[in-house]
Amino acid sequence: MADSAEARPMPHGGIFEPWNDPTASPLIRFENVTKRFGDFTAIDDLTIDIFEREFYALLGPSGCGKTTLMRMLAGFETPTEGTILLAGQDISPIPPNKRAVNMMFQSYALFPHLSVWENIAFGLKREGMAKSEIDARVDEMLRLTRLERFAKRKPHQISGGQRQRVALARSLAKAPKLLLLDEPLGALDKKLRQETQFELMDIQEKTGTTFVIVTHDQEEAMTVASRVAVMDEGRIIQVATPDAIYEDPSSVYVADFIGDVNLIEGRARPEGDALLLDWAEGERPLRCKTSKSFSAGQTCHLAIRPEKLTISAEEPAEADNRARGRILDIAYLGNISTYHVELPGGLVLKAQAANTRRIARRSFTWEDEVWLSWTETAGVALER
Amino acid sequence: MRRFSWFNTTALTLGFAFLYLPMIILIVYSFNESRLVTVWAGFSTKWYGELLQNELFLDAAWVTLQVAVVSSTFATVLGTMAAYVLVRAGRFSGRTLFSGMIYAPLVMPEVITGLSLLLLFIGIGLDRGVLTIILAHTTFSMCYVSVVVSSRLVAFDRSLEEAALDLGCTPWEAFRLVTLPIIAPAVISGWLLAFTLSLDDLVIASFTAGPAATTLPIRIFSSVRLGVSPEINALSTIMIGIVTVGVITASLISKNAALRQRAEEQAAERAA
Repeated sequence: MADSAEARPMPHGGIFEPWNDPTASPLIRFENVTKRFGDFTAIDDLTIDIFEREFYALLGPSGCGKTTLMRMLAGFETPTEGTILLAGQDISPIPPNKRAVNMMFQSYALFPHLSVWENIAFGLKREGMAKSEIDARVDEMLRLTRLERFAKRKPHQISGGQRQRVALARSLAKAPKLLLLDEPLGALDKKLRQETQFELMDIQEKTGTTFVIVTHDQEEAMTVASRVAVMDEGRIIQVATPDAIYEDPSSVYVADFIGDVNLIEGRARPEGDALLLDWAEGERPLRCKTSKSFSAGQTCHLAIRPEKLTISAEEPAEADNRARGRILDIAYLGNISTYHVELPGGLVLKAQAANTRRIARRSFTWEDEVWLSWTETAGVALER
Repeated sequence: MRRFSWFNTTALTLGFAFLYLPMIILIVYSFNESRLVTVWAGFSTKWYGELLQNELFLDAAWVTLQVAVVSSTFATVLGTMAAYVLVRAGRFSGRTLFSGMIYAPLVMPEVITGLSLLLLFIGIGLDRGVLTIILAHTTFSMCYVSVVVSSRLVAFDRSLEEAALDLGCTPWEAFRLVTLPIIAPAVISGWLLAFTLSLDDLVIASFTAGPAATTLPIRIFSSVRLGVSPEINALSTIMIGIVTVGVITASLISKNAALRQRAEEQAAERAA
């Protein structure tokens, strides 16, 4: 998890941040959109902006409303309240077949009676495009998705990964303003999924299309997206770049949903630009830098990622925060190991360390007494 | 373990004898030289020749064919429409009532269906003939079509239609270009079922047929009442032959298609 966030290449270069530009107008704007199915509220008064050329990921547990949001963009559902604007125009009255939006379905929805070539050409034929132009466009799509050899095959004659690429080629063929991807890689195995994620990013950059992807796989969202929107129960909890979501979550829910995290609850004691957290009787308060203001005595959660904890045998001389504990468990993952360390009060913290040495020469083992330490900027103080 | 113990063999023989002995006897006697149906007098194909001379039978066969083709086509169109609406409309109040009403004619005694249609035709002053038989057969066979087609539609991935809409189809184009080609096998079997039902229907046809038009089952039934002639045996043998060839061909085609599809899918996964 930690890798994908930090080793993530910058697909858009350093300057692509239209959401920070007050003059930029969004390609899509949801204004106070609510969608109800009977008594059930799938989308609850939601307002978001999505900008052109963005790769926008909707991330959340199943049933959080992310698929409903996407189906409203495609035109398969209409909002109960509020408006959806595409390039400034209200799209609610426009039927799906008239929208400059295409969708890649979770099941791929390839037409089984048509060949790969005909599947890709399907949308172009509906537009009434000239035969020669269709040929050229389909060939271009086949090249883009490296499917030239399979043009004449039927969907059941190709593998899962190839089917996924046909679905992508078909939805890109009409050069939509906006491409919706509904769990596009869900059916692929892990290795193929990772390869395809980079292919998707590559294709998104080449075509300059705005992509909105729905996924429940946080790693996938972090890898491909320019911004990630974390959803829960029909609401947007936080929208931010992958690194901001990971490093600076706005709530315990987001911190816990994205990656692994240690949560320490305590009472806040503000002190200048930092706060002290009284978290257990007789323990030294934890120090954490924060820009948020907490009142004295307020309940506060300190969220720290496991890789930001340092584990050592000796008591570290100069550390903002330190705690003594005993190794309860070790999860060996090859490149890294996660140590579960139990503090005297019973709280278990997870600390990750890279396995730079071979395993036989590992310095710690089960039941060892160790010290955990971290800096005052390592954690995030959260109200809830 | 032996697969064919004496018990298995006996059970199998009895079962198949029960099913097919009558038909075998019928086929054998259709090649009988004698006019007496129950006395064997040597091999001959003369009854087949005489059958081809019999205007009454030929006329009735022609009417039956017309009625079967036209009524099964109408029934297929109506039945498919009904199935599509019932499967696609989702939950609405009265849905169970509607679907129940589609299936009710399946269990309705044919005598009642026939009688009610007869009363209707008399009531609206429609002369009984080919048209009334076609209407009657459409009525009772469309629910069979609807059952066959809706069982296919229930398993149909709806996102295929959504994909078609998404790619610029109107709802009608989506149905014509995507849904219909995919459910075509079910629609065709529905048509074949309606065709067969119409071919061998006696009860409803005898209520709705008039002096101007008689179907083959009515003709056979009425001539048997005057005594079984070897011509009937010949005619029945031809019908058994047509049905057998049809069924075997259809099952071979679909079995080969399924085998080929599986082989190709496996090949694609191996190549990946």
